[in-house]
Amino acid sequence: MSAASLLQARALRHPSFVAGLVLVLLLIAMAALSLVWTPWPAGEMDIPHKLALPSAAHWFGTDSLGRDVASLIMAGARNSILVGVIAVAIGLIVGSAVGLTAAAAKGWVEELAMRLSDFTFAFPAILSAIMLTALFGPGIVNSIIAIGIFNIPVFARVTRASANAVWTREYILAARVAGKNRLQITLEHVLPNILAVIIVQATIQFATAILAEAALSYLGLGTQPPQPSWGRMLNEAQLLMFQAPRLAIYPGVAIALSVLGLNLLGDGLRDLLDPRLARRR
Amino acid sequence: MGVFLVRRLATLVATLLGASVVIFLVLEILPGNAALTLLGADASPDAVAALTRKLGLDQPALTRYLEWIGGLLSGNLGVSYAYSTPVSDLIRGGLAISLPLAVMSMLLTVAIALSLGVFAAARHNTLADTGLMGVSQIGIAIPNFWFAILLILLFAVQLHWFAAGGFPGWADGPLPALRALVLPALALAVVQAAILARVTRSSIIEVMREDFVRTARAKGLTKRQALWRHVLRNAMIPVITIMGLQFANLIAGTVVIENVFYLPGLGRLIFQAINNRDTIVVRDCVMLLAALVVAVNFVVDLVYVVIDPRLKASEL
Amino acid sequence: MPLLEVDNLTVTLATGRGPARAVRGVSFSLDRGETLGLVGESGSGKSMTALAILGLLPDGAQTSGRVSFDGRDLLGLRETEFCRVRGDRIAVVFQEPMTALNPLHTIGHQVAETLTLHRGMTAGAARAEAIRLLDRVGIPEAAQRVDAYPHQFSGGQRQRITIAIALACGPDLLIADEPTTALDVTIQRQILDLIASLVDEHKMALLLVSHDLGVIAENVERMLVMYGGSIVENGPTEAVFARPSHPYTRGLFGARPRLGGGRGVRLTTIKGTVPELADLPQGCPFAGRCPLTIPDCSSAPPPSIALGDGHAAACIRLDAVTEAA
Repeated sequence: MSAASLLQARALRHPSFVAGLVLVLLLIAMAALSLVWTPWPAGEMDIPHKLALPSAAHWFGTDSLGRDVASLIMAGARNSILVGVIAVAIGLIVGSAVGLTAAAAKGWVEELAMRLSDFTFAFPAILSAIMLTALFGPGIVNSIIAIGIFNIPVFARVTRASANAVWTREYILAARVAGKNRLQITLEHVLPNILAVIIVQATIQFATAILAEAALSYLGLGTQPPQPSWGRMLNEAQLLMFQAPRLAIYPGVAIALSVLGLNLLGDGLRDLLDPRLARRR
Repeated sequence: MGVFLVRRLATLVATLLGASVVIFLVLEILPGNAALTLLGADASPDAVAALTRKLGLDQPALTRYLEWIGGLLSGNLGVSYAYSTPVSDLIRGGLAISLPLAVMSMLLTVAIALSLGVFAAARHNTLADTGLMGVSQIGIAIPNFWFAILLILLFAVQLHWFAAGGFPGWADGPLPALRALVLPALALAVVQAAILARVTRSSIIEVMREDFVRTARAKGLTKRQALWRHVLRNAMIPVITIMGLQFANLIAGTVVIENVFYLPGLGRLIFQAINNRDTIVVRDCVMLLAALVVAVNFVVDLVYVVIDPRLKASEL
Repeated sequence: MPLLEVDNLTVTLATGRGPARAVRGVSFSLDRGETLGLVGESGSGKSMTALAILGLLPDGAQTSGRVSFDGRDLLGLRETEFCRVRGDRIAVVFQEPMTALNPLHTIGHQVAETLTLHRGMTAGAARAEAIRLLDRVGIPEAAQRVDAYPHQFSGGQRQRITIAIALACGPDLLIADEPTTALDVTIQRQILDLIASLVDEHKMALLLVSHDLGVIAENVERMLVMYGGSIVENGPTEAVFARPSHPYTRGLFGARPRLGGGRGVRLTTIKGTVPELADLPQGCPFAGRCPLTIPDCSSAPPPSIALGDGHAAACIRLDAVTEAA
């Protein structure tokens, strides 16, 4: 059996991975579907039918402006994925570059890079994201940038730690003796070996990004109306707590399931891609 | 030990200084003049200029930075733009709520996490363990403000055991005030506890595999005795790191949670100050929070050295 | 009555590939004050035998047979009862001294722990006794160093400390599982001498597990050779060394490198590899690797054939072995 099909077989038997994968695929499917179809046009108001109970027509009922909740949930998935993907991409690309450079260059470059990233850990990320979005204006773009910026030190740290472990290995020494320069070694040897770690971290950061975006939107600093956002839906639902408590359930469950799925997927990937566990038993 | 302390203190001061510079700079580049925001968009340019001068905003950045640092060190935190009250009063008011809240949630977190973590680790590979780990996965996935809302729905709206928000103040004695903090503290604690429980459990399981635990069993210690006397202290080392890191998350969480429950704490203060472009308050509050986080991490480092004799040797 | 009597002990481990019998039908006995060696490669089941006697097998392991210590069957003991025996009447020294001690407790505390646990000593009395023990095992300036931490000692010293821990309650049986394998050669000698003198002094029974024939030769009166979970040969050390009879034992002895063999002399090896525990054949575990294998070898475990003076080997082709000698 090839290594890839072996991995696949193991993957399908790993409960965490499968559960996570199912949830994540559901999320993506929902978002993709919402691009072409939702039960009702997302965000279309229908005041006469506001605060309707769940029914065959409105699966989750309607909110205070008569908007179909199910459609909003589906459209909100798009929003979450968008923020997650871009913010994580920013963090991953910049952060990994910093981490790889730090590990390859060593010396004061590494010290500086790591001091800076340690430093940012002193600032609670959400707080800083709040500050940035409040100061530069709320909205999805600034949220993405803020969350992305705070992903950079996470990836830098993780990449540097893994890269350092690879640099101590003997085949790296062999490559250096053979005359390869640090950039070549980084690209040819270090990066492929730490790819698994980066992928796992990206999955987990995706989950964190969704949570962060939800918090920012809840506070009014994230995605602005009329774009649908699960976090903002929770804010609106809180105001209607006494009249329609059910409205608080749906967006929260959506967030929780998405984050759960990503976390499970990340854990599963970590177990599967760890080379120590890849031996045939 | 003395050398170690001095070095760590120096790092602490350096970090705080660095933090202050960053905070100052970030707030410098914010678009919009505080004076303009206060007076409104259609204020006359003269009025804006006058207020700008009055608030000292026309001075060069370095001067303002140094004034600020000087003020921090001497306890004079300036006056809020928006409320015209001394910032120190505002902060004190906020701390009266946020500090007890933070302490309560930290205590809850530790209590829940450690007991669940030890329980799960002792029953490793049984149904109880898997079940608890499943629950903790869900705990991590839940946004804390959503959990807060759910708590409100259940305990305030349905059961009427607690209020749905607000803070009665300390004037009428500690009980009503603490009661108002129960749901917020719980909301904060649950997510943190889920993470900490997992870390505790895996740390304990790893330590149980160590050779010295086998030695302890070979001496005739029962599994439980080995767990308490040998495993736990060793296992706590990584757990304490995470607890220290969680403190920063705790602070972040309080900002959101205070908004959910309409608690007039530090978090809400910062939030409103940010919206009001009240730079002075924002600066001082964020600096305070950063200082708290750095201080907590410093304490964690000290705790390490006390717990682990191997560190004492290598640090000297 | 022998101090330790192992009768048809079988240990089955739960592995990823199904149940594996690490120890199959092992029987031997050990009298008070007697020294017995257990020789075998990695995977031969020797360490599992020792762990079975101690009741420290991994979770999921199943045992059958009898392990009788001073008349009591250990395998049937409840865990609380077993805990009273362990450390008090049966003690053990393991292979890895660098990780055998808790890094957060002082060595004095760790030695004293057995004393407070089994003898109910007060902290002060236990500490004094700990100092005496540490001194006896050769820790210099024991009284000053009793409050030091394990990381402040070398590997050899840490092994001495574990020996002190093992001795603390004056056990009747000391099990030493590869006590010197992880140490430098010069230290090995010292540690083995220490163990020998302590065994002599306290009249303890010693079960010494090792893969090193040299260690076995000099330290035990009788020896057992294990392969694939079974005992293939046993007898007085002198007799086994003089006349190794089982094909595996002969292979082991033949495989020892000799000094002065001249250049270009190839090292003798036993062909093949040790089979995985889960894949052990039905009959003789050495069947297939053994140069004298015949079909009957795989049908049933070979009986133990007495060779005189307590020396025996479990092989149905012994006559072929002596012919080939």
